[in-house]
Amino acid sequence: MQLNLEQFGGTLSEARGETTIRLPREKLLDACRHLKNECGFVMLTDIAGVDNYSEHPRFEVVYHLYSFTRRCWLRLKVGVPEDDLEVDSVTHLWRTADWHEREAFDMYGIRFRNHPDLKRILMWDGYPYYPLRKDFPLAGMDAELRDAEAGAGKAEAAPMHGGPFVAGPGERPSSRREPRQYDTTAEQQEKLK
Amino acid sequence: MATQHEIELMDSAARAQQATEDALRGERMIINMGPSHPSTHGVLRLVLELDGEEIVNVWPDVGYLHRGDEKIAENMTWTQFIPYTDRLDYLAPLANNVAYAYAVEKLIGITVPPRCQYIRVICSELARISSHLLGIGCFGMDVGALTIFLYTFKEREKIHDMCECICGARFTTSYTRIGGLANDMPPEFLPMLRKFLQELPATIDEVDKLLTRNKIFTERTRGIGILKKEDAINLGVTGPNLRGSGVEWDIRKAHPYGGYENFEFEVPVGTVGDCYDRYLCRMEEMRQSIRILQQAVDKMPGGEWNAPEAKIVLPEKKAVLTKMEELIHHFINVTQGINVPPGEVYFSAENPKGELGFYIVSKGGGTPHRLKIRAPSFVNLQAVPLMAKGHMIADLVAILASIDFVMGECDR
Repeated sequence: MQLNLEQFGGTLSEARGETTIRLPREKLLDACRHLKNECGFVMLTDIAGVDNYSEHPRFEVVYHLYSFTRRCWLRLKVGVPEDDLEVDSVTHLWRTADWHEREAFDMYGIRFRNHPDLKRILMWDGYPYYPLRKDFPLAGMDAELRDAEAGAGKAEAAPMHGGPFVAGPGERPSSRREPRQYDTTAEQQEKLK
Repeated sequence: MATQHEIELMDSAARAQQATEDALRGERMIINMGPSHPSTHGVLRLVLELDGEEIVNVWPDVGYLHRGDEKIAENMTWTQFIPYTDRLDYLAPLANNVAYAYAVEKLIGITVPPRCQYIRVICSELARISSHLLGIGCFGMDVGALTIFLYTFKEREKIHDMCECICGARFTTSYTRIGGLANDMPPEFLPMLRKFLQELPATIDEVDKLLTRNKIFTERTRGIGILKKEDAINLGVTGPNLRGSGVEWDIRKAHPYGGYENFEFEVPVGTVGDCYDRYLCRMEEMRQSIRILQQAVDKMPGGEWNAPEAKIVLPEKKAVLTKMEELIHHFINVTQGINVPPGEVYFSAENPKGELGFYIVSKGGGTPHRLKIRAPSFVNLQAVPLMAKGHMIADLVAILASIDFVMGECDR
């Protein structure tokens, strides 16, 4: 594929019929502008964050671009080190980047410079963690809900064993683990014994 | 002299109109719509800034159905994730199963036999019809045509019956496996499908007669929520919404996967990009899906329906119980999961709602390192503010219905 990306210091590789370009972080915006205006990649399909825990740089932001004239996808990758989690936003090139970047921020804590409204999108405002990071446990962590003062209470970590919907060998049949079959909490406590 | 006089009169009329309009512009009001609202189709919340009944701005708020599917995927085997794909676009679970299976197969580098491809095409197209039937039924209902919903649901019920026939579940199908299918289709499936293909066009024609030239429906949809070609591309909108805006782009045609190159079908394209065009695109897509299904039924190849890859596909149960080699493969596949080579892949399929993409990073072993789901509903919903500005609240309902989104997929 002829893209003339040497000026941006990109390294090109191909695997499984897909083209990947790894770019230095500071050249991302220039390269994107070039790809959109000169090479016909007018559609941004997706932005994904990746956490390569224990590697350096720890995070990666992966962009998938599409060109209607070339009829192909192109993958761009930039590395983001843990101590400087900032990448230039591409929202003014592709408006669709808005929510994708908010999602990457929400899930990994990667900040996008010059994003018009960088805030959480799937988790609630004020949630203290970044759930897709590799060091975040699968069960989740206790956190205050958005309106804690209004009595919304807390989000609790999911039970990984012994909970009503967690099955395992040698446990009671699921019909007996179903909490709705009990009328009162006392009765439930009685049955659990 | 007379003409000059006329112009002066018009000017003052315009000034008078301006003055009235200024007087009508009042205090802005912020109101909340959803997350539980009949026309937000699930749990979408919209914050509306209104001037009277006119929408000044909209802020969609998503995430109420966030279950962390991408996190879950990193903690289970490739096969175990298939049931989770049912719950993405839960109105077309079969199509999600197929897209996920092709994505992982692309990463491994295997192809499935023709019979499997054809069955998967049938699955995808049935899912498309099912999703569009619901989309159009709800669209009609949202703009006041309640009857349509009953007509389309009658047909959808038959599709659920077929799902039950082919995989045992009506809704959460989990039908595909990496490298094949859970089981071959039963012999009674094709006659069922043939019968359905004969009955469905009549219902589509009925819906067509009830809606397409219906005065109320056209008044509510024509010129409402216009999404221009350039805006649609810039916002990453895909599927019938993109085609409604006049971009002829269908992944089944542009990048044929799973044997779609063997089928003849047309890609309907709109001209204006309003709600009415999106509706027309969906109607025509259903007719084209019937064409594809008809060809698949006629040309259905025989033979194997699983790839001949012992280390990926589960062996036959009979062989597991009698042969050593198969027993070992079965044991390893079930306990450790399929060993997928390291690497990364992006695969996208033309789903009923748009481009469903899977970006998968594997570091080898039985679980994905990262599985990003590019959900079409998530991207398409970003177009709501642009489409709704300047319209009435009632038009917003039509716009939402014409986008045809699913929150299960949007929030993942």
